[in-house]
Amino acid sequence: MSILGNRVLRKEDPRFLRGEGSYVENLTLEGALSVTFVRSLLPHARIESIDTSAAAALTGLQVFTGADVDVPPMAPPPIPVIEARMTRPLVATDVVRFVGDIVAVVVSEDRASGADAAELVAMEYDPLPAVVTPEEALKDEVLLFPEVGTNICARAGSPEHDESLFEGCDVVVSDTLVSPRMAGCPLEPRSAAAEVGRDGRTTAWLSTQVPHTDHLGLHLMLGLDPSELRVIAPDVGGGFGVKSHVGPEETLVVWLARKLGRPVRWTETRSESMIALPHGRAQRHELSLGGTRDGKLLAYRVDITQDAGAYPQVGSFLPILTGLLSSGVYAIPRIETVGRSVVTNTTPVTTFRGAGRPEATQSIERMVDLFAAEIGMDPAEVRRKNFIPKDAFPYQTAAGAMYDSADYDAALDLALNAVGYDDLHAEQRRRRDQGDTTELGIGISSYTEITNPVAETEFGEVEITEEGDAIVYTGSFSHGQGHETTFAMIAAERLGLPVEKVTVVKGDTDAVAKGTGTFGSKSTQIGGMAARVAADEVVEQAKKLVAEYLEASVDDIVLDQGLGRFHVTGAPEPALAWADLASRAAADGTLDTLKAAHEFQAPPTFPFGVHVAVVEVDTETGRVELQRLVAVDDAGTLINPLIAEGQVHGGVATGVAQALYEHFVYDEDGTPVTGTFVGYAFPSAADLPSWETVAMETPTPLNALGVKGIGESGTIGATPAVHNAVLDALSPYGVRHVDLPCNGENVWRALQEAKS
Amino acid sequence: MKIAITVNGTRHEADVEPRTLLAYFLREQLGLKGTSVGCDTSSCGACTVLLDGESVKSCTVFAVQADGCDVTTIEGLAHGDELHPVQQAFHEQHALQCGYCTPGFVMAAVSLLKEKPRPSEEEIRRGLEGNLCRCTGYHNIVKAVQAASKAGS
Amino acid sequence: MIPAAFEYERAESVEHAVDLLAGNEDAKLLAGGHSLIPLMRLRFARPSLLVDIGRLDDLRYVREDGNRIAIGALTRHAELVGDPVLAQHGALLAETAALIGDPQVRHRGTIGGAVAHGYPVSDLSTILLTLDADFVARGPDGERTIPAAEFFTGAFDTALGHSDVLTEIRLPKVESGTYLKYVRRAQDWATVGVAAARVDSRVQVGLTGMGLTPLRARGVEQALEDGASPSDAASRATEGTQPPSDVSGSGEYRAHLAQVLVRRALEQL
Repeated sequence: MSILGNRVLRKEDPRFLRGEGSYVENLTLEGALSVTFVRSLLPHARIESIDTSAAAALTGLQVFTGADVDVPPMAPPPIPVIEARMTRPLVATDVVRFVGDIVAVVVSEDRASGADAAELVAMEYDPLPAVVTPEEALKDEVLLFPEVGTNICARAGSPEHDESLFEGCDVVVSDTLVSPRMAGCPLEPRSAAAEVGRDGRTTAWLSTQVPHTDHLGLHLMLGLDPSELRVIAPDVGGGFGVKSHVGPEETLVVWLARKLGRPVRWTETRSESMIALPHGRAQRHELSLGGTRDGKLLAYRVDITQDAGAYPQVGSFLPILTGLLSSGVYAIPRIETVGRSVVTNTTPVTTFRGAGRPEATQSIERMVDLFAAEIGMDPAEVRRKNFIPKDAFPYQTAAGAMYDSADYDAALDLALNAVGYDDLHAEQRRRRDQGDTTELGIGISSYTEITNPVAETEFGEVEITEEGDAIVYTGSFSHGQGHETTFAMIAAERLGLPVEKVTVVKGDTDAVAKGTGTFGSKSTQIGGMAARVAADEVVEQAKKLVAEYLEASVDDIVLDQGLGRFHVTGAPEPALAWADLASRAAADGTLDTLKAAHEFQAPPTFPFGVHVAVVEVDTETGRVELQRLVAVDDAGTLINPLIAEGQVHGGVATGVAQALYEHFVYDEDGTPVTGTFVGYAFPSAADLPSWETVAMETPTPLNALGVKGIGESGTIGATPAVHNAVLDALSPYGVRHVDLPCNGENVWRALQEAKS
Repeated sequence: MKIAITVNGTRHEADVEPRTLLAYFLREQLGLKGTSVGCDTSSCGACTVLLDGESVKSCTVFAVQADGCDVTTIEGLAHGDELHPVQQAFHEQHALQCGYCTPGFVMAAVSLLKEKPRPSEEEIRRGLEGNLCRCTGYHNIVKAVQAASKAGS
Repeated sequence: MIPAAFEYERAESVEHAVDLLAGNEDAKLLAGGHSLIPLMRLRFARPSLLVDIGRLDDLRYVREDGNRIAIGALTRHAELVGDPVLAQHGALLAETAALIGDPQVRHRGTIGGAVAHGYPVSDLSTILLTLDADFVARGPDGERTIPAAEFFTGAFDTALGHSDVLTEIRLPKVESGTYLKYVRRAQDWATVGVAAARVDSRVQVGLTGMGLTPLRARGVEQALEDGASPSDAASRATEGTQPPSDVSGSGEYRAHLAQVLVRRALEQL
């Protein structure tokens, strides 16, 4: 009986339940200095002067300004499409470009005096006009980087619209949709600490998703030999994509530790995090979808403007991913994507749970419903008419993606059945007939998404200990995803060991040779697979030793995975269990042959699903209440359904949050208005219902486990389901469009507009 | 200022600046780091502890206000190897992922169940409105509180 | 963030608190701390002295006093929620207290602290204004009673003097009442709140979030006295109001909500 597919409780839970999580802020670091960043309160300004004397007098230590930091500015990610000249000094030297840009660094003996001293740094600015919206920035009247000559930092897709795209379409529907800017809000704000050891090596502890990538970034930026730096990511309290690269803060912490010769630590406050930790989403789409009157979709144009924020991050690249997934689950023959990313005087934008794919799905799913309304066809029916059929996989879409495996019809059937689609429509009709001012709305979203999007290679190493237990070293980095359990299950199954005897080691560049961290829903399919293959290699190595010990031919040795014992095929005795084998091998010095590493690479996989949302809309106040969300999510084979469901729950909550609550807002002057958890509408349990998840597994042919990724699916599927449900509720009122988030005011405004 | 606070059954005497928040006192002076500070607007509840038996946000209480009081933190719940029923329920229902918000939720749930031993789902959700989580979507947290409630009866 | 440094004194009595306040113009009272400490953590408030009255337990009570109810200023929101006297004669106040913040906040926040802070969108302030409560304060010149209509003078501004300590709130027994609170999220402050109560056979209506202080909807009350239906009376909901525009909603939306919620509150009475 394989352990795979079982709801195994998590091995990592005990320390978290007892309050013994090793988050960076919890580290004991003797004699560490505290870092406090002084940040710009203006969105765009020249720095005229900085007076640090009062602050330095209070701390007794140097206060660092841009002139003091001898580290070159940070370049944008080295992705060819991104304008490389839009660099970011670690500490602003002459210009600040967003509220939150670092202008000085205070170092103090304790955190409280750091906060006191930071207030004493006196800044004089010459304000510059600020461009707060992409539309303003695109005018190129106020340039963030005058030497570059434009605010456009990246382009995607076709250079211009093809006017003949919609030839042959009886019906074309158009809309402009915005995927509003969000803040990632991991519950653990960022922390960093660094110390130079007596041997001259620097150790950095980071709250990050990508310890090895950070190691690379830091040693390059600081001019260190890779061997001079060790990066440790201990327990990390959530990442969600926004902790997937180092920023100036972490770099400065490491730089200071080396410069001052004392350990240095930093933890951001939440209000600091809200403006300094990069944001997500912030795409605007101009959309047109065309087809025949009997429901066949023929052509789709997505024109994307990505708000990149003040300094281009990976966010600038996302329109390419959005374009790649733009046609979703449909066999639309003609797709055109046009896109540009533009800098604005706001917090930089990066990857955030879904990273480009929620935006793609929010648009295509809304447009399909608009199209359905236009031709008077049920939205489920239009979807069925256009799904890529299940026998068409692997399927190359007109947008250029190669989808591996799926069955969209089955997912739709499951979802509509689970939600009781027909009964809900009957209830909706009943309320309308009675003139009830509380409308029921039912919304569907059928989605696919790309996991392991850039086909990465992940490292896995398995080693047998003297006791006959196993250690898995993984380059993946779980920060909530449960790899200590899932990867242990994968290796345990191959080795025939109980899960309790397999320990997963991660997050230390000294202990794990290489890695790509965890994001993009890739870890099980490449990290889990790397561990699997390494485990298989260890089994092969073990067989060689067993053959020697049992004086048999290695080809005749088998591993009984159920019992974890090796024996000669056909002869269950004599047998060597792992513990016996390991202690014998340790005795003759061959234990280290029971170790293998593997780097596993595979192309992207495409999980998919259907979400159905049921909302109640109070048409008098505009208030939307989500009653139910049914989620069918197919991520191929599920290693641990308990953990997979947890990922869906959390993903769905974030998707619903964008649909109904969260929006990071700047006022017209570029001042953040939602810079705390009071202003920013991050929902609690009281604002959300329970979720109804339905399991479905269509394995991928692209790896032996048949696994795809699931971490972002919930987010991608949920937002458009809720959005469509709200529009469904409002259809009798002539409303075709409601801005996200569908809060009371936005719904009320849409109703007002439809009346006029 | 000199204060004495009983934390998890042990009396601690200390000299603190008045501006020292209870959360930081617990973390930095007593080394009890299970209580985290996740925000600065008393919104997220990661800092929740029991003060004289009731859940409070320790980031919104000065240590000097807790002088002479009884505090229970997450570290004070388990009895050696035996987890508190709420902790056990969180484990069995997979009600935690990154774990950062977990101590706050557990303490809030302990307090909630003390005041309402058999809460409905609605009462649980409202009872946890002072705690935020980004990982779990709350679904399994609610199930854990329901399970702990049944176990307690 | 870490608050700015301050001196701290624990008051042994109300008189002691008054003296301490009178001795330092930068001093502030600390009761439950859930209005003040959040401001201090963001360094929006930086008192040089905190006078802690949190242990003056003789200011925690809910008592019947003839046809009035007397509530000690240090009574916590959670205590209001469960109080048997309020359950019988002041359910409106108890039910509203249950809507404030979250359970942790309600374990610490006090009615006196919430009200004295003068926060523009305090639900309890609206209830007390609607019920024409009286606020008893003790100061350097002795004790005085401030009627609700004079108490709320502006945003973060009340009729309490710098050295005054609010000791008691007195309100009429309420025949029936309702408070409708529109929020973006459960733990949020009201975007708009509407209180409607029948006091001595008169319907009184109060508004949260329609100005810098809680407001009485006098136009609505007048219309009701003239025999208007809830719907017609509600059309006068925005008279005398200046609803702000902020992240919770625009002034226009608030005005709309006020009308809808006033109508609903009156229908529920």
